[in-house]
Amino acid sequence: MSKQLTNEYVSELLTKEFGEAVLTVENPYGLLTVEISPSKIHEVISWLKSHTELAVSYLTNLGTVHYPESTGREIAVVYHLHSLVNNFRIRLKAFLPIENPEIKSIVDLYAGANWMERETYDFYGVQFIGHPNLVRILNEDSMDYFPMRKEYHLEDATREDKDDRFFGR
Amino acid sequence: MSNLKNTNAKSLFPNQVELDNMDGEIATLNLGPTHPATHGIFQNVLKVDGEKILSSEQTVGYIHRAFEKLAERRPYNQITPITDRLNYCSSPINNMGWHMTVEKLIGTELPKRVEYMRVIIMELARIADHLVCNSVIGVDTGALTGFTYVFQEREKIYELYEEVCGARLTTNVGRIGGFERDFSPEFHRKLKDFLRTFPKVFNEFDSLLSRNRIFMDRTIGAGPISGERALEYSFSGPNLRAAGVDYDVRVMNPYSSYEDFDFIIPVGTQGDTYDRFQVRQEEIRQSLRIIEQAYNNLPEGSYKGDVPDFYLPPKEDVYNNMEALIYHFKIVMGETDVPKGEVYHAVEGGNGELGYYLISDGGRSPYRLQFRRPCFIYYQAYPEMITGQNISDAVLTLSSLNVIAGELDA
Repeated sequence: MSKQLTNEYVSELLTKEFGEAVLTVENPYGLLTVEISPSKIHEVISWLKSHTELAVSYLTNLGTVHYPESTGREIAVVYHLHSLVNNFRIRLKAFLPIENPEIKSIVDLYAGANWMERETYDFYGVQFIGHPNLVRILNEDSMDYFPMRKEYHLEDATREDKDDRFFGR
Repeated sequence: MSNLKNTNAKSLFPNQVELDNMDGEIATLNLGPTHPATHGIFQNVLKVDGEKILSSEQTVGYIHRAFEKLAERRPYNQITPITDRLNYCSSPINNMGWHMTVEKLIGTELPKRVEYMRVIIMELARIADHLVCNSVIGVDTGALTGFTYVFQEREKIYELYEEVCGARLTTNVGRIGGFERDFSPEFHRKLKDFLRTFPKVFNEFDSLLSRNRIFMDRTIGAGPISGERALEYSFSGPNLRAAGVDYDVRVMNPYSSYEDFDFIIPVGTQGDTYDRFQVRQEEIRQSLRIIEQAYNNLPEGSYKGDVPDFYLPPKEDVYNNMEALIYHFKIVMGETDVPKGEVYHAVEGGNGELGYYLISDGGRSPYRLQFRRPCFIYYQAYPEMITGQNISDAVLTLSSLNVIAGELDA
């Protein structure tokens, strides 16, 4: 096991390698969070995986967040990666516009990304370019909307038979 | 159910046998969704040549309950019951994982006693989870006896849960900030009783299967996966360790004072059903060790931390103390102030790394909560693991992966 990696060191390496593709660097709750421009995300994850020292080669999680207020960057695709050799975790983010949420698939790097990307497509409608089988996974095939987006409320907003005062809302 | 969602989908696996070029009869077999051998609601459409599986297409989502959407409408303390219903074989681990995530977000330190109590409950849950999985592997190979032995012991663990929180399966145990009450005298009696009697029963169960020639013939080589492939598929937990990778969240990123305890991580070599069985068996023994260490060194102190914003005050204070009344109302009505932030917290669940990715915008409920569900992630490797195997191996592989429908479908 090599020396313990620090957030500063890894973010410096990333900035040196990718320059302008690294948009912001933060450390919320000690976890290095880097925003990458969407066109470069595949390249960055591939570089992290093949880097001999960093060896970030475990995909922990892939998720999405919808921010309807931030125009032009409504959909955030969030990758949690883990270097098991160095015990170092990193979070990558890429923001996409809602009209055309397209990003390159990472199934060629991580076989496990297959269902994670399908789930993300299913709930948020993110189009993963190069995914072998991008169809819905948990929801019905005939569904014609992406239910986790913020515009779909949990309950039908037009319902009149319930008085919200009694439900603490 | 007529929607065979993925039957027409393009195959995900390039090294699959070319069906068109094969001679002989190819049959299509529906394994599930409600077949008794699948122990849950999963569908697998198998293409078989005699007994040999040529390909498999999965359909999941039969019990999808939109937990992540539900969580965006609920106050933090009301999300705990949702986590019960993920991996319902070890719901205390899910509950504790969620409590710890929120505690990380609000940045609170708990007394050592709470952490040790949590470790005891979580390791009991791990034993219960692994007992179900391993005894069911036995049932699927035709050995029902061991199953009846250990389910008696699982029952005792459920009685221990009852002593702590009053519930058995969907436990909703503990609160954000500690436990509802301290361990009762009856809990101490039952736990000591369990620690004394369980190893004997467990060893008997182990001797029924571990070196049983029929069991070994059935399980060795059934559904194998290599360590490299398992990592590519983001496997975690016992299934990854059976493939030879010693990744355990309890050791890698210790939480709840796991660094205080002495235990080993068992690893396998082949990643087949027998290795998964053996890894779980050894983990049960290690869990017992952890429980003994935690119980014998249980620190003095309070069973709860100082988190008035989340932890309900005692009822007599609510009636007699203005401050407690205010906190009570704020918690019950979900009006607690939560800091803005973004946390990822992982615990070692029964099946692997159970993660909570929580984004708070300061509102009454999470802005976004994503569960990293280990089952969902590793179940996608199932077709690759059973291609070329017999149908009976497919059933064994499924039960030894311990795919829990609740966790799979969220």
